[in-house]
This record gives sequence, C-alpha cells and structure tokens, in this order.
Amino acid sequence: MKTYKDFHVGILTLQGDFEKHQRQVRSLGAVPEAVRLPGDLIGLDALIIPGGESSTMSVLIDRFALRAPLLEFARTHPVYGTCAGMILLARKIEDNISGVEPLALIDIDVRRNGYGRQVFSFETDIEVTLENGTKTVRGFFIRAPKITRVGEGVGVLAEYQARPVLVRQNNILASSFHSELNDDLTVLKYFVDILL
Amino acid sequence: MKYYEDKDYKVKVGLAEMLKGGVIMDVTSAEQAKIAEQAGAAAVMALERVPSDIRAEGGVARMADLDVIEKIKRSVTIPVMAKCRIGHFIEARVLEAMEVDFIDESEVLTPADNKYHIDKWSFKVPFVCGCRNLGEALRRISEGAAMIRTKGEAGTGDVSQAVKHLREITSVMKALTVMSPEEHYGLAKEYQVSIDLVRVVAEKGKLPVPNFAAGGIATPADAALCMHLGAEAVFVGSGIFKSANPEKRARAIVNATTHYQDYAIIAENSHALGEAMKGIQAETIPEEEKLQTR
Repeated sequence: MKTYKDFHVGILTLQGDFEKHQRQVRSLGAVPEAVRLPGDLIGLDALIIPGGESSTMSVLIDRFALRAPLLEFARTHPVYGTCAGMILLARKIEDNISGVEPLALIDIDVRRNGYGRQVFSFETDIEVTLENGTKTVRGFFIRAPKITRVGEGVGVLAEYQARPVLVRQNNILASSFHSELNDDLTVLKYFVDILL
Repeated sequence: MKYYEDKDYKVKVGLAEMLKGGVIMDVTSAEQAKIAEQAGAAAVMALERVPSDIRAEGGVARMADLDVIEKIKRSVTIPVMAKCRIGHFIEARVLEAMEVDFIDESEVLTPADNKYHIDKWSFKVPFVCGCRNLGEALRRISEGAAMIRTKGEAGTGDVSQAVKHLREITSVMKALTVMSPEEHYGLAKEYQVSIDLVRVVAEKGKLPVPNFAAGGIATPADAALCMHLGAEAVFVGSGIFKSANPEKRARAIVNATTHYQDYAIIAENSHALGEAMKGIQAETIPEEEKLQTR
C-alpha cells in the first residue's frame, strides 16, 4: 500500500479554513505544514491554498513578501487551490473591484461569488473524472467563484450545471468548491498523487 | 431539531470556517468598508453607529439603515454582516432578504424581546451570537447559531471582558473532556441544552461551530491575546474607526491576528499606530448599563 508519511504538504495559513485542510492532510497520513512566511516553503513537497477570503490572502501575500517565492515554488511543485485558493491561482478575475492580483498559475478566468452570495450557497454531489475512473464527491459551494473561461491547456475534471468546477493544468489543481469540508479524501489524494 | 440535522447547516458553518484566522471590522459607510477590505479584513459588519457611540449617545439602537448596508455591499467583495436586535426576527428576515452574508443577533443593539432569541434554524442565512459562558454558547447553538463570539463589553476598548468570557468557555470545555457521564447530564440540565450537544463538546473539547472573540479589542496585541486564548478569529468594533489612524491600525490588527504566534511581527505592528480609542474600564460600568448582560 502507498504511504504518504514522508510527504510534507504546506497549507497557506494566512486566513481561511486552513485547519480543515490540515485535518484532511493528516487523515491521508501526510504531514501538514503551516506556511505564513517565505521561509516556511523550504522542504515542502506540495502546497494548498485554502478557502477563505481571496482579497485578505492577496493583501497578506504581498505584505509578507510571499508572491515571488510562491511563484517560484509552483514552477516545480504541485499546488491546489480551493474556492478563494482557486481565485488566487487564476489568470484573470472578472469584475475585480477589490483589485486582487492573482498569481496567474492556471489559465482560467473566474468571477468572485459567481454562484451568488451566502444565501445561495449550497452543497451537492459532483462527479469527478480522474485517471482511475469516475467518482462522486460532495462539493461545498460557499459564496463560490465561477470559472468563466478555460484555456486550451487546462483539463476539466468535473462540471456542475455544464460549468467546469475542478480543473488541472500540469501541476496546478483548482476547484470552485470546497473538497475539505468533509472526510472524503478523493480530491486530496488525486492532488498528492500528482507528485508520484 | 438536532444541530446537525439542518440541511443548510454545513454551508452555514462553512462560511464561518472561511472567516477563521481573520478580522471582522465594524464599518458605518462604504468608504470605511473599502478601507477595511484594503487593510485585509475577512469581512465587515455594517452598522449605523459603532458600539462606543451607541454607548455614549444612548437611545434605542436598531438594525442599520438598509441604504447604508446596500452601499457597503456594493463597495466590497468580502462578506457583509449586519446586526439585528435580539429576538427581532423581522429585522433578521429583512437582512436575509437584503442578502447580507451573516447576521449578528447582537446585544449591542437594544433587545426587541427580553425573553426569547430568534429561531435561527428557520433561516437560510447564518447567524452569529454572543455569549459569556459555555451554557449561553450552547443555548445559542441549539437555536441554530452557526458561529459563536464572546460578548466582551462592546464599545469600551477594554479587552478584559472578552478575555474573561474566552477563558470561561475554554476552561469548562476542557473540564468536560474528563467529566463522567453523570456530570454531563448534570451540565445539560444546568445549561438547559440537550445531552447530545454536551456530548459533542465533551468529545472534541471544542464547540461544534467556530468560536470568535469580540468586545473591547483595540490593539494588535489584544487581537493576538484572544487568538492565544482559543479564539479562531476576532471582531473589532469601535477599536479601529475610533482610533487616530484607522487604516494603519486595521492593517496592524490583521497582521497580528495572522501571525499571533510571532511576537517579533506583533511588535513591528505595534509601532507608531497613533492613539488607540480612549475607552472605558469595563469594571467601572454600572451593571444595568453593561451590554453583556442582555
């Protein structure tokens, strides 16, 4: 059986539901590491950018000089972003009134709160198509961003209402929904397996 | 209803999860909301008057003007919260219809019902409620609150009451983890909540919903102190926009909350902030004027 015990998965711990990702990484048998400052990236095998507020995280990324180190890390390591994390990974943000500067690591455009404000938040079953077949996971859409454009090099792994909600480009994975709010490790496992 | 049976519960608590590690700031205008967002606030609380003004001016404090809330909603992309009076389920329905993202059923406003709180299960929008101790927290969760915050003593700039309430809650939760089943029944009876809820807390040593700090937080060090005492995020009311340099102080409080374990960063963020809000020592306020007893 495959073991993950030597994998150190960094989780951007500036603001958001980093604790939920920590819990999932631990359940998988890998080691979660908090990333708050550039030095925290050293020695990590992968990075997760959690859900939370993308404008808060964006402000703190620049305030604590994380932008260049994050871009450098992503050149050679897998990075997964959920919800706000996906916004930060995107190439472009539509109607960007808060002036969030995304990292542009995956060729998609997104619209913040594209699925509506909190009263329209929902959870639903999502069919994800991975190398080893199709699986159903529970997706939590909380003030979720909508993917409005997908570039040519981007693979769509799941859709909801004919819109992509889980996408991958090489070593970068991004989801509109939160895969970390329950005990299903399907998406995390897929992400960590990109390493292998 | 049991707390986990509500169909929207995970999505409501989910938004509270997304606010963790962040600072939620009281704002009274779109301009202030913008400043808060740029400073790194995870959400804003739309209000007509900040707590210290409510305290100073007296009178009946109600839900904010909807025009102000609408302008704030349009000016930022972070979640917008608003307060309704305790028990005033119509104010809450109005705020829900306005599509605010979170409702604070708050003791800072003048209570509309001196006996009952709102049945929060019947709403699609999540609620946060204040508490001073674990019993109060669990009663609010029984009623459907998706987030708990300490009451502290709002509008004072004195963090002592938030500290007291945080310590009160966490120490009893710790004790619960080693208590016998008989004692759990005893506590359920004393708190007037279901044994199920007491057992959930006993098992995890934590509330089943996020637990934030509020009431009297005025400095970066205050925010970090609350985080160390078990708060998962902080609300700052009068502390920011009643200080000499709101922009700088807001940024500093955000930085200190994220890096609450890094004392050098907290120190860097405690320099030259200008004057903090003047404040009132909470212990000197007569019992009948305290907001936390509401």
